[in-house]
Amino acid sequence: MVPVVVSLAFNAGDVLIPVAITGFLAIFFGIVLVIVAKFFEIPSSEKLTHVREMLPGVNCGACGYTGCDGYAAALADEGVPTGKCTVGGAPLSAALAEYLGVEAQTVEKHVACVMCNGDTDSTRTRYEYQGISDCVTASMMFAGPWACTYGCLGLGTCVKACPFGAITVVKGVAIVDNDKCTSCELCVASCPKALIAMIPLREHTYQVKCRNTTSGADTRKVCIVGCIGCQRCVKACGDDAIHMQGPLAIIDQDKCTACGKCEAVCPTNTIHHFHPGVAEPAEVAATAQIVS
Amino acid sequence: MKALIAILFTSILVDNFVLSKFLGICPFLGVSKNLNTAMGMSVAVIFVMLLSTAITWPLYMLVLVPLHVTFLYTLVFILSIAALVQFVETIMKKSMPPLYKALGIYLPLITTNCAVLGVTVLNIDKQYDFLQSMFNSLGVGVGFMLALFLFAGVRSRVDKADVPKFLKGLPITLIAASLVSLSFFGFKGMIEKLFG
Repeated sequence: MVPVVVSLAFNAGDVLIPVAITGFLAIFFGIVLVIVAKFFEIPSSEKLTHVREMLPGVNCGACGYTGCDGYAAALADEGVPTGKCTVGGAPLSAALAEYLGVEAQTVEKHVACVMCNGDTDSTRTRYEYQGISDCVTASMMFAGPWACTYGCLGLGTCVKACPFGAITVVKGVAIVDNDKCTSCELCVASCPKALIAMIPLREHTYQVKCRNTTSGADTRKVCIVGCIGCQRCVKACGDDAIHMQGPLAIIDQDKCTACGKCEAVCPTNTIHHFHPGVAEPAEVAATAQIVS
Repeated sequence: MKALIAILFTSILVDNFVLSKFLGICPFLGVSKNLNTAMGMSVAVIFVMLLSTAITWPLYMLVLVPLHVTFLYTLVFILSIAALVQFVETIMKKSMPPLYKALGIYLPLITTNCAVLGVTVLNIDKQYDFLQSMFNSLGVGVGFMLALFLFAGVRSRVDKADVPKFLKGLPITLIAASLVSLSFFGFKGMIEKLFG
C-alpha cells in the first residue's frame, strides 16, 4: 500500500510556478505557430481542389505523376495535356479540357494484352507445381512448370494486381476483359515473364500472341499455338507492319491497318484478332471454365 | 568516442525501439508494407527525433531542473514536440515543397508518437549529456529504419504465403513481428562483450 500524505496547508508557490511555466510555454508556442502560419501561408487553390475531385482517385500512377494529387497539381499549375489519365480516358480528357479552358488531348484507348495463348489444350506442364499460388514464385523454379518457359503461368499474379477485376485465368492462361481494362498498367509490372503489353483498342486489332524467341522447331515442341517463324504473315501483310525478331513475328500497331490477312495465313493460330466489347479471344471465352 | 559508438550500437541493435522496447508500433505496422513509404517515414522519424532532442534536452536542463519542476517533463515535452513538428511542417510546406512532398505527410503522424516521446524521456533517464543524447536519438531513428526495412521484406513474403483465414491481415503480421523481435534478442549482452 502506498502511504498517502494529505497536507491541508500547501505552499501556493508549489502550484503556481508549474502552472506559470506550462502556461507560459503553451502561450509562447501558440504565438510562434500563429506567426509562422501567417507568414508561411500558401493560398489554397479552388481550381486545384476541383480538378482533383474530377480525377478518379485510383492513384495508379499511369499518368506518370505521383498519384491523382500529383496529376491534379500538374494540371492546375503547369497546364499539362489533359489526356494522361488512362482510367478516365477520353470522357475525362474532354471534361478536364472544358473546365480548364484548354484543348482536349485526343486519347486512344489502350488495353492490356497477355501475349500468350498457351492454355491447357495447347501446351503441357513439365512438372507438377505444388507451391505458393503466385507467378513470381513459380517462375523462380526452373522458369515455371509449363513446357514453354516464355509463356503465361496462369497462377494469377496479374489477376491480383488488377484493381478493376479485368483479368481472369481461363484454362491456365490469363485473359484481359477489354471492357473492364482502364489501362492503369499495374498488371504490366506484375508479370514475371513480362508478357503483358499495352495495345491500342481499335475496331479491329491484330496481335501475335506469343513471346517465344526460340527457333520454330523448338517452339512447336512445347506449344502448338506458338509462333514458328514461318514468315507467312510477313509476306501476306501489304502494309509492312509485321517484322521478325529472330524467329518471332511482331506486329507494329502503328502501321497495322487491320486487314486481317495475317490471321488468315497463320498456320498455328498464333495471330489473334479482337475488338471492343468482347473479352478476347472470343472463342475461348465462350467455353470459359475458370481455373483457379 | 567509444561511449558514443556504444550508444549508437545499443540504440540501433540491442535496445531497438521497435523490436526490443515495443515503442512506435503504429507507424511500424502501418507503413512497413511499401518500401518507398517506409523510407519516407524512417527519414521523417529520424528528423523529428533529432530536432525533438535538440529542443527538449536544453528545455529540461535549463528550465525544468533549475526551477525544481522536473515532474512536468511529460507535459512540457509533448507540448514542445507537437509545437516543433507543426512549426517545421508549416515552414517546409512553403519553403521546401519537394522535401514536403517526400516526407511532409508523415510529420503529423509522428508528432506525438510514443517512440519520439520515448527517446526524449530516455535521454533524461539515462542521464546523457547533449552530445550523447543526439547520438542516441540518431541511433534510435536508424534502428527504427532498420526494423521497418527488415519487416517490409518479411511482410512481402507473408503476403504471398497461404495464411489461414482467421490469421489473415493483422494477426499474422503481429506474429511475424514478434518472431523478428525475438531474433533481435540475440543481441543482448553484445555491448558488454564488445566495449568492455
